[in-house]
Amino acid sequence: MGEDDAHGDEVHAKIADLVDGILAGEQRALARAITHIENRSPGHRTLISRLHEHAGSAAVIGVTGAPGAGKSTLVDKLAATYRERGDTVGVVAVDPSSPYTGGAVLGDRIRMGSNVGDMEVFFRSMSARGRLGGLSTATADTVTALDAFGKDVVIIETVGAGQNEVDIVRTAHTVAVLVQPGSGDDVQTLKAGILEIGDVFVVNKADTDGVERTVAELEEMVHRRQGATVGLDVGHHGSGALGMNAHGTDGADVREEVADDPTGEAPSWTPKVLRTVGTTGEGVAELIETFDAHTGYLRDSGALAERTHRRYAEEIRTLVRADLGALATDEIERRGGIDELAERVRKRETDPYTVANEIVDPIARCIERDNG
Amino acid sequence: MSAEQEKRAIRCLVAKVGLDGHDRGAHVIARAFRDAGFEVVYSGLHRAPGEIVQAAVQEDVDVLGISILSGAHNTLVPKVIEGLKEYGAFEDTLIVVGGIIPDDDKAELKELGVAEVFGPGTPMEETIEFIREHVPERA
Repeated sequence: MGEDDAHGDEVHAKIADLVDGILAGEQRALARAITHIENRSPGHRTLISRLHEHAGSAAVIGVTGAPGAGKSTLVDKLAATYRERGDTVGVVAVDPSSPYTGGAVLGDRIRMGSNVGDMEVFFRSMSARGRLGGLSTATADTVTALDAFGKDVVIIETVGAGQNEVDIVRTAHTVAVLVQPGSGDDVQTLKAGILEIGDVFVVNKADTDGVERTVAELEEMVHRRQGATVGLDVGHHGSGALGMNAHGTDGADVREEVADDPTGEAPSWTPKVLRTVGTTGEGVAELIETFDAHTGYLRDSGALAERTHRRYAEEIRTLVRADLGALATDEIERRGGIDELAERVRKRETDPYTVANEIVDPIARCIERDNG
Repeated sequence: MSAEQEKRAIRCLVAKVGLDGHDRGAHVIARAFRDAGFEVVYSGLHRAPGEIVQAAVQEDVDVLGISILSGAHNTLVPKVIEGLKEYGAFEDTLIVVGGIIPDDDKAELKELGVAEVFGPGTPMEETIEFIREHVPERA
């Protein structure tokens, strides 16, 4: 894009330095690169292009749930447990609360007490800010950077509140949805939304009242969903996925089953329901075992390739749309700005279709000319 | 691509370092910074200098605001600065200190690389204005 040419060599040299730094394992370079990604600053495209080939080996885990479900605390314990077995960890904590001023207080870091001073855990807070290209793109690119840096596991943490967040966690290979005990009615309301994308459901704060009931409700929901959506592509679970044999994980509530696809060819992953206590770390080891099992399933079944393929298809579309949108925005400016155009339409001097045609036509003509 | 060049929010780490447990001031500051349009990462209480360094480096903040009310600034602040230097993050991070700091120590801290020291009763606008003016230019 033009933005990269404009600053020419200087930008390129800087990006090359960042890429070298990241591949050499420099914290500062990684931190800087993420800032570039967040700000979509000049050269960030080159940056991601370069990093892309070095990424692809990390297990990407999404953790989502209602505010107060205990995500940050659990992520802290997850990171610490991964570290105990020698894995390096990257965490992206996305805070979508975006006040009017554009400012934000990002507080997820407060709970990262178990990983204090451990530079092998790279924790980065990210605010929503009106980000061009979407927050999910920024998150995906940040995951790419952490992956290329060499992190074995990348955890994306975000509030599960809407479409935006669903898009964010879709970047992950494995999605854990946190639910609080006693939030039975919430389970009902969540059903149609974020619960659909969960690979693992975690009843956190399992030392409080109402655990059994919430676990039972989730179990029921999971199985109803399995009945209702098998064969339907819910956009996350590859229906062409192959065998997941029950290789019994011992966790008390881990349930591994093979659900038959009505097409008769492909058993798929039945979401698990687990319980944890984030504050003590109880159940975290089992949770990680389940993540591993899911990663294994994704890999062996080919579902990972399918998922990644679908995500990149989506990403390409998003990028192209954003770029074309930007071209169109420039064209609108050249024609006097959107307000001017809207006013002309209001005064019946022209109509929305004609205006849109006038703006898009020059772009379309260029494409036609290019294709000879 | 004018939209992509939109001015970025100033990223700021508000850090409580050492053993004092008074974070009301830090909370007020964090909120005021947020309302000024800054992106604020709050460290939480009782942080060791190493943790502050880790947070400042990983979050790639423009501004590091350290709040110390315990009187241990002469030992803690140099450690933070040392750590930032180690990671090559000292040069372009604006370091400000808030708290009860005697004048003699103030001079010393500034010598070390602290940009400004804000004592009790400093109007919030003054702090915010100072940061806006002195935030390091970054490409």
